[in-house]
Amino acid sequence: MSDVISLTGLAKSFGRARALDGLDLSVQVGEVHGFLGPNGAGKTTTLRILLGLLRADAGEARLLGGDPWADAAELHRRLAYVPGDVTLWPSLSGGEVIDLLGRMRGGLNPRRRANLLELFELDPTKKCRTYSKGNRQKVALVAALASDVELFLLDEPTSGLDPLMEANFRDCVNELRGDGHSVLLSSHILGEVEALCDRVSIIRDGVVVESGTIAQLRHLTRTAVRAEVAVVPMGIDALPGVHKVVVEGNRITASVDSGGLPALMTVLGGAGVTALTSAPPTLEELFLRHYESAAR
Amino acid sequence: MTGDLRGTKELVRLSLRRDRWLLPVSVLGFAAMAASSASATAALYPDPVARVRAATTVNATAAIVALYGRIYDPASLGGIALFKLTAVGAALVAILMVVLVVRHTRAEEEAGRLELVGAGVVGRAAPLAAALLTAGGASVALGVCTAVGLVSAGLPATGALAFGAGWAATGMCFAAVAGVAAQVTTGARAATGLGLIAVGAAYVLRAVGDLSEAGPGWASWLSPIGWNQQIRAFAGERWGILALPLLAAAALVPVAFALCQRRDLGAGLVGDRPGPAQGRLGTPLGLAWRLQRPALLAWTGALMVLGGVLGSLAHNVAGLLDSPGLAAIIEQLGGKQGLTDAFLAAEMGLVGTIVAAYGIAAAGRLRAEETAGHAEIMLSTAARRGRVSAAHWLVALAGVAWLLLVAGFAAGAGHALATGDLSQIGRITIAAAARVPSAWVLVGLVVLTWGVWPRATAAVWGAYIAFVVIGEFGQLWGIPQVIIDLSPFVHSPLLPGPDPHVAGLLWLTALSAALIAAGTTAFRRRDLAP
Repeated sequence: MSDVISLTGLAKSFGRARALDGLDLSVQVGEVHGFLGPNGAGKTTTLRILLGLLRADAGEARLLGGDPWADAAELHRRLAYVPGDVTLWPSLSGGEVIDLLGRMRGGLNPRRRANLLELFELDPTKKCRTYSKGNRQKVALVAALASDVELFLLDEPTSGLDPLMEANFRDCVNELRGDGHSVLLSSHILGEVEALCDRVSIIRDGVVVESGTIAQLRHLTRTAVRAEVAVVPMGIDALPGVHKVVVEGNRITASVDSGGLPALMTVLGGAGVTALTSAPPTLEELFLRHYESAAR
Repeated sequence: MTGDLRGTKELVRLSLRRDRWLLPVSVLGFAAMAASSASATAALYPDPVARVRAATTVNATAAIVALYGRIYDPASLGGIALFKLTAVGAALVAILMVVLVVRHTRAEEEAGRLELVGAGVVGRAAPLAAALLTAGGASVALGVCTAVGLVSAGLPATGALAFGAGWAATGMCFAAVAGVAAQVTTGARAATGLGLIAVGAAYVLRAVGDLSEAGPGWASWLSPIGWNQQIRAFAGERWGILALPLLAAAALVPVAFALCQRRDLGAGLVGDRPGPAQGRLGTPLGLAWRLQRPALLAWTGALMVLGGVLGSLAHNVAGLLDSPGLAAIIEQLGGKQGLTDAFLAAEMGLVGTIVAAYGIAAAGRLRAEETAGHAEIMLSTAARRGRVSAAHWLVALAGVAWLLLVAGFAAGAGHALATGDLSQIGRITIAAAARVPSAWVLVGLVVLTWGVWPRATAAVWGAYIAFVVIGEFGQLWGIPQVIIDLSPFVHSPLLPGPDPHVAGLLWLTALSAALIAAGTTAFRRRDLAP
């Protein structure tokens, strides 16, 4: 059993709205897996099914070798969850909530709890009513990260954190990976995903449309090429794998599939290229391509 | 100050949009309740002689006077038709206005929505002003609709107007009370609680004042609900008394605005103290107890006072009841026991009904925790669904039992102090305990509704109001006994007295258990529905 999470053909509807439409996802032991997609794509629904809060209409879901609906309570001893929208009991102090959640998961590591409070600069004596969004998120993060569990399900855990705390969070996740824990990280922050995740799945309209390592995904994106030439050659836009060709005077810009680069370089070389820049494909472009087609 | 009120108009429109069902339904509900009582009574007592006989009986029966108040003109149709509704209705209007004002002020603030609104072109005092205007407008509409309903039911216009105006003025007065309460606490629950305690205190003061032979008559004059009675609709209207609730409102509204101007967004007069850095909570039950403890403590205090007052009055009321020909009404009220027992049994029935409202609110936490997102984070831990839900209904069941024991003990102690008979404490505590299973049924209904159809959980309040209203007016309105019997409250034994009626208790307890079992089973099978 090398997958901590394995979802096949998962479907879930709310009334007439189809939230998940045959979703496949696998997270391997010891990896940090990025889970990305535009708002409303079905990320939180997937996480809630994994937690046994919602029951899938169809498909198979396995979590830590068990059934997330039937074995929810047993499985939850082995995982920790940070919800995307952390709401806490207004009359309890942050420390009380951390200890409550920790005990109900089967115990907290007190030393790690103290270290995390210090790292995230969280005052545990304040009532949850008075915490800001970021501080509420820190409460949930400390409670989760101080637990001795195998799997962490994190739903946009840094959306309220300042950049310094975000950096601290990254250190924590890298530490978790080093200790052999598995993490499913839903996030919109591409830098975070790029820095943390071994593999990434992109979800759109309830289906995973792309899944793989960052390097694999990058291979799928196009390189932005800018060239200045002595004479603008004919038929650049007809070259295979060359797209969005714009010619302004003797300047050419185009975005090129990795397979189309050699042919383009040959043509540009023949045209007396005087300057050439090529921007490496960014993850952002890949995501935007998927996100935009979702909006369409 | 004018700048502070900017945006009030838009906020009033927002409240009206949010309450587009609550307001019309409750306004028309009150009017319909009054009108149907009036027309049913007209059919029941067509001639003045019958009315005078019935009214004299009512005025001589302390239990009735304590619950509802007096009939000031025995010959008037309006007096006898509406005596049950004058004070009870005013209290219900007051509760509605408290809920309404807190819902649009402190509750919005606690939820953080007021922050969003306050960032717009909205003055600091505008949300409070909008809530008070909404509640004041609702009070006026309620009064007008009630007056129109009464006139169309055939009552004289002057009395109908005075009756409607009395309810409207009481509503405005308690809207102002709630306006102040919403500035004092940081939590909406606590603010509503403060407002409801004020309503309860006003009702008890009125009861004490109405039993003037048994207690101090001036107590009524401390109570807005007492003022409402003293307007004496249909019995030589005393219009001047209408000024009292309006003056009280006029005095309280500036206080609310002054407090509002002085404090920060989200802050109250009573600030938040820091809590412990280390928590001892570790179970769903511990958490539920911790969350529900403040409300239970407040209810305990209120019921101790209520029980004590009722118990200490009981001794004196027996002396009032010397009029012959009371048999029928006593029979209806509390069986053939002694007159004091009849009084106490009726009062314990009232206490049981009030405590059932606690039960609904406490069990309603199940839904509140779910919508607030707290259930999601709880169920992401190793806590089982059964245990998470059991925590709250256990607190509700135990709270109901505890509150009735407290009220019964306080009533018994009050009665024992007055009579010197210590054995009364045990008797009356048992009498109160006999009301526990009927209140449990309401807890069971909440759990069932929440399990099967979570979004409809609040509808149990509607069922509760229906049980109470049908219990009070069902026979008057000619509602079939089968429907009246749906109310769990009619199946409790009338204690103290020689009517143990134990089978009813067992049935009610078994029914509560079945409802809770069905509700929790349904919850284990359904999606979480925040």
